[in-house]
Amino acid sequence: MLYWEDVEEGMSIPPLQKQPTTQMLVMYCGASGDFYQIHYDSEFAKSRGLPGVVVQGGLKNAFLAQLVTDWIGDSGRLRKLSCQHRGMDFPGDTLYCKGVVTRVYKEEARFLVDCEVWLENGKGEKTTPGSATVELPSKSIPADTAFATSGKPGPFASPYRPGRSDQPQQRCPCSK
Amino acid sequence: MSETGSLITDSLREAMGVPSEPLTHEVERGAIVRFADAIADPNPLYRDEAYARHSGYGGIIAPPTFLRTLQPGPPKVQWQSPLHNKLDGGSEWQYLEPLQAGDRITVVETLIDVKERTGRLGPMVILTRELTYTNQLNQLVATQRWTLITY
Repeated sequence: MLYWEDVEEGMSIPPLQKQPTTQMLVMYCGASGDFYQIHYDSEFAKSRGLPGVVVQGGLKNAFLAQLVTDWIGDSGRLRKLSCQHRGMDFPGDTLYCKGVVTRVYKEEARFLVDCEVWLENGKGEKTTPGSATVELPSKSIPADTAFATSGKPGPFASPYRPGRSDQPQQRCPCSK
Repeated sequence: MSETGSLITDSLREAMGVPSEPLTHEVERGAIVRFADAIADPNPLYRDEAYARHSGYGGIIAPPTFLRTLQPGPPKVQWQSPLHNKLDGGSEWQYLEPLQAGDRITVVETLIDVKERTGRLGPMVILTRELTYTNQLNQLVATQRWTLITY
């Protein structure tokens, strides 16, 4: 489990490599419901001024989300994520998702971490810069106490999901 | 926003700030798995019920960007960019509540900004939309500011 106390400014997030193939782009079209042809029809993409089929911005956004959720694990919460699609990426390229911690702070009893995140192509160009804010469990908050006050398991200082009455409220056996 | 831009039509100006109709979707477990497979994210929280039940979430959740699959209702004031080629400019997400399998999510979209620029691909109209995602308990789950580049 990654605790807020384990994180410090300047720390790198474990990098994540993704290899989008044309098949993956088509799977993303199907899963997202967006069938814009620049993501699977090379001739169409060229007729629109592009060098060829391009990786969906949404897919790259998902890769950056995975970079962060893999790092924070099941006990951390992604609170903010932004990315700008500055450069195009192409199927067959290896994309490198990277990040670095920029700020570690407390706000309204929440234990927060800001990060710069980005996606790099094989030439080291940052095609997709972005940022993320995560909320992490703190060692200073006993898991049982947080559970008693928030009605949800997990060592959070603030109620994570108050009033969530349609879910069975159960103790998490792995939250200690 | 540029007031003098010739590409910024009256319909875009009129549509700005007017929320779309709401549209409600059920977050289906099968759709979550298909999305997680498409982004090649093996996280068991998205697929393994027993694992997810014993996590802090108490059940299967959806990946953060799964919300991209849920469309808003139709606009109350029709708008369209005068340029028809599109690129995704990027997104700013805010996450307030987890998105769980079985949730019913209501999506509303509002056009909040229109800009005109010239770039590598020629003249561009850049449209920013804010989407809100609200669950069946009337809790705001997430917001997304999504920029669409048209050229």
